[in-house]
Amino acid sequence: MDSNIRSEDVVELAPMYLFRWEEPQQSHILLYPEGVVKLNETGAEIIKYCDGNHSAEEIITTLNAIYTIDVSESVYKFLEVSYAKGWIRIKA
Amino acid sequence: MPKDGSELKLDEPELTLDGLGIPMWLTLELTYRCPLQCPWCSNPLDFDKFKDELTTEEWKKVLREGRKMGALQLGFTGGEPMLRNDLEELVAYSEELGYYTNLITSGVGLTPERLQALKEAGLKQIQLSVQSSNKELSRKLVGVDVFETKMAVFEDIKAQGFPMVLNIPICKQNIGETREMLEMAERLEVEYIEFANVQYYNWAMLNRDEFLPSIEQINEAEAIVKEFRERLGNKMQIYFVIPDYFDDRPKACMNGWGSIHLTIGPNGDALPCQEARVIKGLEFPNVRDEPLDSIWNNSSVFNAYRGDDWMKEPCKSCDEKEEDHGGCRCQAYLLTGDAANTDPVCSKSPLHEIVETCVSNAVNPRRVEKPIVFRKKGAITTDFL
Repeated sequence: MDSNIRSEDVVELAPMYLFRWEEPQQSHILLYPEGVVKLNETGAEIIKYCDGNHSAEEIITTLNAIYTIDVSESVYKFLEVSYAKGWIRIKA
Repeated sequence: MPKDGSELKLDEPELTLDGLGIPMWLTLELTYRCPLQCPWCSNPLDFDKFKDELTTEEWKKVLREGRKMGALQLGFTGGEPMLRNDLEELVAYSEELGYYTNLITSGVGLTPERLQALKEAGLKQIQLSVQSSNKELSRKLVGVDVFETKMAVFEDIKAQGFPMVLNIPICKQNIGETREMLEMAERLEVEYIEFANVQYYNWAMLNRDEFLPSIEQINEAEAIVKEFRERLGNKMQIYFVIPDYFDDRPKACMNGWGSIHLTIGPNGDALPCQEARVIKGLEFPNVRDEPLDSIWNNSSVFNAYRGDDWMKEPCKSCDEKEEDHGGCRCQAYLLTGDAANTDPVCSKSPLHEIVETCVSNAVNPRRVEKPIVFRKKGAITTDFL
């Protein structure tokens, strides 16, 4: 996979993307023009911090504190996939 | 199948939330009135008979009931939805309820004032239809002079900070302009452009033999799309949907009947897709008579082709039935006379040659050419249908 996100990059949701809890789905979702993505619990935890205030490294540290195992690699992968899909972008 | 192909992105397996039985995509056909005369229009042939449009309060009830069931994506379409002067009010109400609001428009009537009001109401996306990169062909294709209006609207949409989304219906008459249209989109800094090959129902079906491009034209257009994709990368998302007549497997239409899509017509008819009225013998439930959840869950129309119990061979025992749900029910009906048949686009269909004949007839030099029929009142009679 291409690597686009450096650890110091601050990430945020792409414009027009909405992230929220959706009661009927009992999950967090991403809404964007003509599309919906249902996030699993971990995905939602990560996207929650893609708010323009946290760097990739900070998100990884935060998630590692929540989970008992080292999730660094999977969090990084999820960020890369989210970036490739256009859900998140690097804050200028 | 909607004229714009807009559900395709939602139909990608990874993005669907199926299994919950929720009509996640709600399409409101606010009106069938339209200033354009597009000869591929997805509206019914007797569109002018649907004068009894739902009132603002009736639409609001639909919106409340839909959201309660878990609907998320909302499309305002028509006809031309700008002809409803309560559009801003309906958008604001939908945003309040938690929908993601999309407007599908020709751009006619989208004045800077209304655009600003829509932005303030919370509208998220506008999908603008464009038929050509030049004024003359545009007029020939839609029957009226709207090219310059569209270009002006385009700039206004951009100025309001909406994402730039162009939808281009593709047929034999404009497929040769693929490069010019992509160049135009690049110049206008379009973010999404969809080349939606015309789907053959209603008005498009009347004109099918004149519209179907040749496979050579499609391949050429695809090669140009590929070239632009490689050069522009993430800057512009280009979707190119080939006409399913040229495929050997059918589209997973609507992700299955009564699965995630619910369309409400101008008069309150509840439809599993925008074309469903082409299937004769179905009595469509109406939101004026019945709550939406009862329509969705219990009506005979929505259960008619839900799941796979209705399937016949070769679909019934096919190991791909979960992927394409047997294709499009409307297409099966229109081309084979039975909506429960396999969509004849599928090469496994015993009636596949119907589609092959259409494709070869479109390029037959001895074919009798017909004038194109524009969508307007009085253009045809439906009295004997």
